[in-house]
Amino acid sequence: MRLLLAAIACLALTVSVKGTSAQIAEAAIMSAENPALLSSFGFFDGAASKPSAALLPYALRTPLFSDYAEKQRFLYMPPGKSYTVDQTGRLQFPVGSALIKSFGYHDAAGNLNIIETRLLLHRAEGWVALPYVWNADGKDATLKIGGARKAVEFAKADGAKMAISYAVPNKNQCKQCHSTKDAVMPVGPVWQNLAFETAKARANFAMRGELPSSLPAVEAKWDDAKSSTVEARALAYLRVNCGHCHKPTGSASNSGLFYDDHERNPAALGIGKRPVAAGRGSGNFDFVIEPGHPERSILTYRMKSVDPGIAMPELGRASAHDEGAALLEAWIRSMKPA
Amino acid sequence: MRMRDKGVYAIIAVSLAFASTTAFAKTISVAAGDDAQARLQEALIGAVPGDVVELGSGRFRLTDGLSLDVAKVTVKGQGSGQTILDFTGQLGAGEGLLVTSDDVVLRDFAVENTKGDGIKSKGADRIVYYQLRVEWTGGPKETNGAYGIYPVESQDVLVDSVLVRGASDAGIYVGQSRNIVVRNSVALENVAGIEIENSYDADVHDNLTTRNTGGILVFDLPNLLQMGGKNVRIFENVVVDNSTPNFAPKGNIVANVPTGTGVMVMANRNVHVFDNMLGQNGTANIMVVGYRYPQNDPKYDPIARGVAIWGNQHDKAGWDPKFPGSQQIAQALGGSLPPIFWDGAGGDAARPVIADPVPALSLGLTDLIATPESAQPTMLQTTANLPPELPRIRLPESMEAVVR
Repeated sequence: MRLLLAAIACLALTVSVKGTSAQIAEAAIMSAENPALLSSFGFFDGAASKPSAALLPYALRTPLFSDYAEKQRFLYMPPGKSYTVDQTGRLQFPVGSALIKSFGYHDAAGNLNIIETRLLLHRAEGWVALPYVWNADGKDATLKIGGARKAVEFAKADGAKMAISYAVPNKNQCKQCHSTKDAVMPVGPVWQNLAFETAKARANFAMRGELPSSLPAVEAKWDDAKSSTVEARALAYLRVNCGHCHKPTGSASNSGLFYDDHERNPAALGIGKRPVAAGRGSGNFDFVIEPGHPERSILTYRMKSVDPGIAMPELGRASAHDEGAALLEAWIRSMKPA
Repeated sequence: MRMRDKGVYAIIAVSLAFASTTAFAKTISVAAGDDAQARLQEALIGAVPGDVVELGSGRFRLTDGLSLDVAKVTVKGQGSGQTILDFTGQLGAGEGLLVTSDDVVLRDFAVENTKGDGIKSKGADRIVYYQLRVEWTGGPKETNGAYGIYPVESQDVLVDSVLVRGASDAGIYVGQSRNIVVRNSVALENVAGIEIENSYDADVHDNLTTRNTGGILVFDLPNLLQMGGKNVRIFENVVVDNSTPNFAPKGNIVANVPTGTGVMVMANRNVHVFDNMLGQNGTANIMVVGYRYPQNDPKYDPIARGVAIWGNQHDKAGWDPKFPGSQQIAQALGGSLPPIFWDGAGGDAARPVIADPVPALSLGLTDLIATPESAQPTMLQTTANLPPELPRIRLPESMEAVVR
């Protein structure tokens, strides 16, 4: 009897301390086989709207634009493990971790319909990116290695109705944006760009990590004029939306146009820089950024186009991000003409 | 007897080599038809090193860019007239096919009407492009994609027996790469037929470039990770009738290539142009120029140096030059430019060595910001003193074996 009580107490302790992490199938995260169904991982309890309590939700101050999709971001780490934050603010996750991101749209009635959930799994051999598309009944999602397209209708903030062909990336396209040299790496979780709904959520998230004595200062929030200057907000937007490819170790390295967080000369940011392999993406303009003249700058021309031969970013964009383009236009307009 | 033994051993050795590389390799067949996008993309993702992804005959109607990220895979069609990857309905991605893995062979298929580039390979070493066709079927149009065949940031590149047509930038464009061979190919009705840019060690030979705006370009541009393009041999090509009005979107560097250019060398080092047949190029058969745009990249050299020209056959050229100020220069010279000219950038130290027995001109524009209107043309002396020849480019034997 005493043993049984002790066992029950132990169990209770486990449950209260570790939450429901026992539901997560760590073997599925670590396995070389990629499960055909998202339910194999135990991240969701039968619907995209029911994330496991073992997941830590987070958001980003400046998120990557993806066709106005709503995103829900979660981190899973094995019990007892923690992440570290390096001096640049980048989070380093232990093997066995998973980053889980769901994408969806609100319907006219205000319900959020999740289309897909993308996973980044930290296996012993490195990170693996997998796209899962939710089935019609909404109870489970199926691995779509080759990607998919879904017709989507939604309304923008100004009420304008949009109908687009939403692209779920294929496994290679996941890597295209997530590659550093040849390895797949997380892009979003940078401490200075993390956002939380409540102080408690932030504390819960921080509790699982080892933070350096001096954390990088919180970054500008792209859509909040009170958070910083137009330039700082524009650079934050560029870093998040472009910097994952436009860096010397990224898939746009050959462009010589770099938006990662290193300081470089103005030409590397596109200021007064002629295009290299832009093709008709040049839009009949001479410079990536012509100071004072957003209407003659290739950067904003490509952001505002939805033609696959012109549009930047190349992936995941069937609509233009009007608000993001407006911010960059304001920044370019504020520059002194050459 | 000895000979026979040797032969037998050779056969055994070849069989063993064959067996060892194909022991676990398989052929993944993909047919045209419904859902070709997903089936073909899944085959490209599911392939393992050594596999052949074999495309059936017919038209694959594709809605998105395809990509290959597995090393040692061959993508093989039934011929560039039989297997057609048709991107007319493309909705996304910057190119038709993107390769990002090493030791890949692409052969015997066609890519049509991509919205952006045709086939791009990036960081893909030892890639072979063989018997391919990349075409915009509506002819030259500004709305066509930029590059047909586009290897970049790669070591060991072979482009052999391909046809490219209609690219609004360059039909075959090799950028920021090294150890390159482009041969036996046809570039037709592109802005630039063949372009070697910011690259080291290239042989461009036995190609036909015709009805492009410019036939063969060797460029170096500033503000890139790899600069200082050098050691390029252009030989035994036919570069004729490059006469298509420039249809590149303005802003692109090639938008400034004058219609009627045969071979153009800009800001490169050690470029040898020899034993080609050139003619019917209205601006020039061969021109050598500096990079004439303001730039302040301290690591970049805008001058063309070490250019040598010999043994070429020249037919008519220069009767209708199309760069600003050129008509006035032609008038002063009796109505026509000579088949070879140099802008004069870099002065005597950068003067090209010319041994072709045709008139050659310096525009005298030593200052890189001087405009052609201020040209002070003088005739260039030809010489018999040629620089030492550049070594032939040798590719790994595995690549040459593919095309034998």
